[in-house]
Amino acid sequence: MSLTTDLSQATPPNGKPGVGKAGARRPGSGRAGSRDEPDGSAPAPRRRSRQRRERLFQWLFLVPAVVYMALFFGYPVVKNVVMSFQDYTTATFFTGEAPWVGLANYVAVLSSSLFSTSLLNTALFTVGSILGQFVIGLALAIFFQRKFPLNGILRSLLLLPWLLPLIVSSAVWRWILDKDSGALNRFLGDLNIVDTGVPWLTSTSLALIAVVGVNIWIGIPFNLTILYGGLQEIPDELYEAGSLDGATGWKAFRHITWPMLRPVVSVVLVLGVVYTLKVLDIILGLTNGGPANSTQTIATQSYGLSFQEFKFGEGAALGNILVIISLVFAVLYLRASRRAVDE
Amino acid sequence: MKSALRNSRPLAVAVTALVGLPILLSGCGTAASSSSTEPVSEISVMDYYNNEPDKTFIGDALTACGTKAGVTIKRETVPGKSLISKVLQQSSSKTLPDVLMLDNPDLQQIAATGALAPLADFDMSTADFAPGVLSAGTYKDKVYGLAPTVNTIALFYNKDILAKAGVTPPATWDELEAAAAKLTSGDQYGLAFNANPTYEGTWQFLPVMWSNGGNEKNIDTEETAQALQLWTDLVKDGSVSSSALNWTQADVKDQFLAGKAAMMVNGPWQIPSLDKQASLQYGVVKIPVREAGQTVVAPLGGEVWTVPQTGNKARQAKAAEVVSCLNSDENQLAMAKVRNTIPSKTTLAAKFAEENPKLATFTELVKTARARTGQLGEEWPAQATKIYTAIQTALTGKASPSEALKQAQGQ
Repeated sequence: MSLTTDLSQATPPNGKPGVGKAGARRPGSGRAGSRDEPDGSAPAPRRRSRQRRERLFQWLFLVPAVVYMALFFGYPVVKNVVMSFQDYTTATFFTGEAPWVGLANYVAVLSSSLFSTSLLNTALFTVGSILGQFVIGLALAIFFQRKFPLNGILRSLLLLPWLLPLIVSSAVWRWILDKDSGALNRFLGDLNIVDTGVPWLTSTSLALIAVVGVNIWIGIPFNLTILYGGLQEIPDELYEAGSLDGATGWKAFRHITWPMLRPVVSVVLVLGVVYTLKVLDIILGLTNGGPANSTQTIATQSYGLSFQEFKFGEGAALGNILVIISLVFAVLYLRASRRAVDE
Repeated sequence: MKSALRNSRPLAVAVTALVGLPILLSGCGTAASSSSTEPVSEISVMDYYNNEPDKTFIGDALTACGTKAGVTIKRETVPGKSLISKVLQQSSSKTLPDVLMLDNPDLQQIAATGALAPLADFDMSTADFAPGVLSAGTYKDKVYGLAPTVNTIALFYNKDILAKAGVTPPATWDELEAAAAKLTSGDQYGLAFNANPTYEGTWQFLPVMWSNGGNEKNIDTEETAQALQLWTDLVKDGSVSSSALNWTQADVKDQFLAGKAAMMVNGPWQIPSLDKQASLQYGVVKIPVREAGQTVVAPLGGEVWTVPQTGNKARQAKAAEVVSCLNSDENQLAMAKVRNTIPSKTTLAAKFAEENPKLATFTELVKTARARTGQLGEEWPAQATKIYTAIQTALTGKASPSEALKQAQGQ
């Protein structure tokens, strides 16, 4: 942003404000021109070439970033969009032929009876995960604000779920949540809370709750870390002043912590939503979308279409739908973070 | 912000140009096909036997066959799950290996792309192979892949538990249900199978579906509904844990090993782990049929070896020699013995069963076993998805078996 602003000010003015290219587009820039060239008699061509070179260098500095973005973000996105309009099969890889089918893939995906189930599951999974992660993360962050022995060690232990590969976490949780010999049911059984095994992962009504629970466990460290950082930023003086006016405990949280933390909260929530929408490995590892599609989300369905049924076009179409949903939240994030900077 | 907009046109041009660049580059990736006159000294092989002991068994066989053909083998093993994506990637960049192993239900999918060479081009004999094995390797009347050894699934039972309960191994569905119910007590289930929402769940259901006359082309039939009713009843009775909805075949084996399941549906590749537990006495019988007299039709498992279209005739010829050697009688017998699989030539069956009594049931089953892709070819993945969806719907009680099958077929 600041770079482009500088560029505009360095644009070669023609000496006559309001006549040159730059001036014509934006009259305001004449101000810069009149400062640079008070009399208009300096050797303009040489200066122009120097400025052109300067501009070239500025562009050259941008090239690595642009190349990287185009190669690793632009190309896959464009390719995926194109693929979603093609009949892209295994044969395409060998022959390179992918007939154009227009919106057929989108129609097939959206009219499938599974789509509404996946959409609802995606929404429930995302809302449930974010709520749980955020509330527990915030509670822990506030808890760790206090000074007590082992604070640092405990806080770093809480990061553990974040450090484990997701495949490992889901394998362990799959074992913990097993109906017959899972650790959780054994534990509940020993406490006489339940007498028969609870089918955490094999009941259509419980599986989504179990998967959300595991995802909350995985997401807590992220929320804790960012919110804890945000809390550290709040100056102690505010609390001191507040306590003189009688704002302690809940009141202090309501009137000091929460308003001060708002910018961080919006960032955490929006990033959380984008991360959660695309969750794949945890669900595949725990239930594979089952039982009877009760944990099937748009992400897992898209994966299944592409890599199990080899319907790459339909998989791409569904993937794009997910990208669009994520994009809505990404835009919200950009707006929220810009406001945070402005504030 | 305004100034950024002002400069956005050159930026847009640059981005467009750079997005186009990789597309151009990817077009240049065609491998230079070397002339086929120079002698071939090395051929590349790709397979998914990345775990011991199979890795060594297959590696040794490949090396021996390479020596016989006068070439050295450059072998790459990839994890099973990433094999197909790797093959697709290689077929788009024209860097397929000279010899490629594929899981048999994937063969038609890959053959349909045109990436494989028909084995008849190399005068390879397909005589004596079991019909199921050949149909797994065939796409549009041409054989593209041959499996030296194959496998299938059967019913394993814990001899001690059955003897204690006075139960004999079941042969019909009624006997199976009665036995499973009788063998269920405490935290021990009568039977374990896997009905998870993957192709594995479909694979374990096929023996009951096929033996009863069910057909994968249309699953909305009386025969298939009866088979699904059996699976559903077993779970509903509590003779099979509802965890079956999420188990893998390895989990099923663990339940059986731990004595938590008196019987299980599984394949011969589990035999090494079962044998490790010396206290476990187990037997193997065919998966029960609805009425005595019905023939058991089990699904055929195993990997086929293929010769991809690499464009180099000399290398392809050498590759075919290696594939042919892997499928020779001696290699079939040797590999089957060490890997607990079954030779795919029916002429070897009698001798093999005699020498390996533990695999006798499986050897018998392979003779009538069917390939999953035999009828549907490349349409199989879509239909297999429907089958496991119906199984899951029925087993969770969301619909009756016949209703679940109807819904799935209509999808």
